[in-house]
Amino acid sequence: MSVVTVDDLALRFGERTLFEGLGFELERGELLSVLGPNGTGKTSLIRVLLGLLQPSAGRVVVEGCPPRERCHRIGYVPQQRIFDRDVVLRGRDLVRFGLDGHRWGFARLDGEATAQVDAALAEVGASAYADAPVGRLSGGEQQRLRMAQALVADPVLILADEPLLSLDLAQQRAVVDLLDARRRRAGTPVVFVTHDINPVLHTVDRVLYLAPGSWAIGTPDEVLTSDTLSRLYDTDVDVLRVRDRVVVVGTPDDQHVHHVGEEHVH
Amino acid sequence: MFGQLLAQHFVHTALWAGAVVAIVSGAIGVFVVSRGMSFAVHAISELGFTGAAGALVVGIDPVLGILGGSLLVGLVLGLLSLRGRERDSAIGAVLAFGLGVGVLFLSLYQGYATEATNLLFGSIVGVSDGQLRDLVIVGGIVLVGLAVLYRPLFFSSVDPEIAAARGVPLRALSVAIFLLLGLTTAEAIQVVGVLLVLTLVITPAAAAQRLTARPGLALVLSVAIALGSTEGGILLSLEKSWPTSFFITTLSFAAYVAARIYDWSRGRQKRLSSSPPRRLWAVR
Ligand SMILES: Nc1ncnc2c1ncn2[C@@H]1O[C@H](COP(=O)(O)OP(=O)(O)O)[C@@H](O)[C@H]1O
Ligand SMILES: [Mg+2]
Repeated sequence: MSVVTVDDLALRFGERTLFEGLGFELERGELLSVLGPNGTGKTSLIRVLLGLLQPSAGRVVVEGCPPRERCHRIGYVPQQRIFDRDVVLRGRDLVRFGLDGHRWGFARLDGEATAQVDAALAEVGASAYADAPVGRLSGGEQQRLRMAQALVADPVLILADEPLLSLDLAQQRAVVDLLDARRRRAGTPVVFVTHDINPVLHTVDRVLYLAPGSWAIGTPDEVLTSDTLSRLYDTDVDVLRVRDRVVVVGTPDDQHVHHVGEEHVH
Repeated sequence: MFGQLLAQHFVHTALWAGAVVAIVSGAIGVFVVSRGMSFAVHAISELGFTGAAGALVVGIDPVLGILGGSLLVGLVLGLLSLRGRERDSAIGAVLAFGLGVGVLFLSLYQGYATEATNLLFGSIVGVSDGQLRDLVIVGGIVLVGLAVLYRPLFFSSVDPEIAAARGVPLRALSVAIFLLLGLTTAEAIQVVGVLLVLTLVITPAAAAQRLTARPGLALVLSVAIALGSTEGGILLSLEKSWPTSFFITTLSFAAYVAARIYDWSRGRQKRLSSSPPRRLWAVR
């Protein structure tokens, strides 16, 4: 039984179609990486999976339930946003939100909840700064707390939107290892949006490549080939394997000329 | 003379009224500051003034005008639920227009000028028993509202994206906090006046923010600072007959400066004691 089913999904904003006919299933413990240039709808896909955005067509089911009904916890690590320096919030408060921040009233002083928060903090290695003001922590430390927040409620699915952005290599590695360990141990499938496949290449099961107007899904060896990407972009694209790294040359967005909100002309 | 004054009924009423307003303002201030709504507070209070001036012209209780003006603006701003710069400019535009209308109302109003001065700068010693009762009722509504909304409100203030993903209704909460803010402002205007509402809603919370990163403790400190400034200000104005609002603003500002100095010296100690210095992340 798959955890996530995406069936014939289409997303349009006005005249513009981000993707259509998108379909895939996610099995327990699977790590799917969503790749593609800016503005192709990676974040929008995550928002559909979260139930924050209604697709134009098709459907999404997470453990037998449409995401907008919120039958199940979905762990979400958003595209990185640094906290305001003066925000009145400690690391443990941020993680606690992941447990019961959406409930009415005050949070009770409840031993079980505290234990869950402490366990999540320990899992991501953030115990040392659990009581520090969040706004004064580094980007990498904040990102770890976000991971703990996503993990604390024991989610059925983890969605991470460019969690590696602005992290150094060691920190990138730590984030990837954490998600990898979680899905192996608890069987939680992970959708991992990234600009650069290389930090997750060693562990990713499948890749969903979103190009402007078309997409492809499969194992890295199937998708990250000159043939597939040339077909997606409708131009000559070369995929090179240099040591353990994948280098893509010749995509129209090589110089990151795509900006969010810009119309693509093809 | 001070002792005699303290025994007076109107002084008791003033102290109670001040306490109610301070508690409510200090509590909501924590959310206002964490949502970056200081400018909105200012706008809501100035338009409460427009409402009051309008009420004076048509000859009804100015407090009703304050409530009407504050709630209306609160509702509009809440429904728009704008963010950042767009919100600032929208508020600026609404605020300027509302003040213009207020000026017209004042020029139409034929009554005593002191009524208008009281609106601008407050008149806590003029609070009647009936007004005190109304303050308690409205204050109670705001506190109950804040208590019920506490967690999702706080969650959506500091982390709106994740809160939305968790099913927290952001827009409804935005409307709710603006309406509660409208009520709070209408209360505070009667004590410190239109121009000084910020001294009870923003300053104590901003000071508390400097003192702790614990949300619950920040709430308590903010209320304590608002309460101390208000009651202290009223007592000082009995001793020396300068305006109450002057003493209240001075005390709350002193608390704010002290909190900043405390925060700064604590940060400095940390920097001195922790070597090698931790590398900071570039903030875009
Ligand atoms: N709510 C929306 N209304 C209109 N356009 C939108 C909306 N959300 C996203 N878009 C557009 O959809 C495109 C894809 O955005 P996004 O999903 O953020 O891309 P990515 O994460 O792949 O960079 C962008 O051009 C963006 O402007
Ligand atoms: Mg994105």
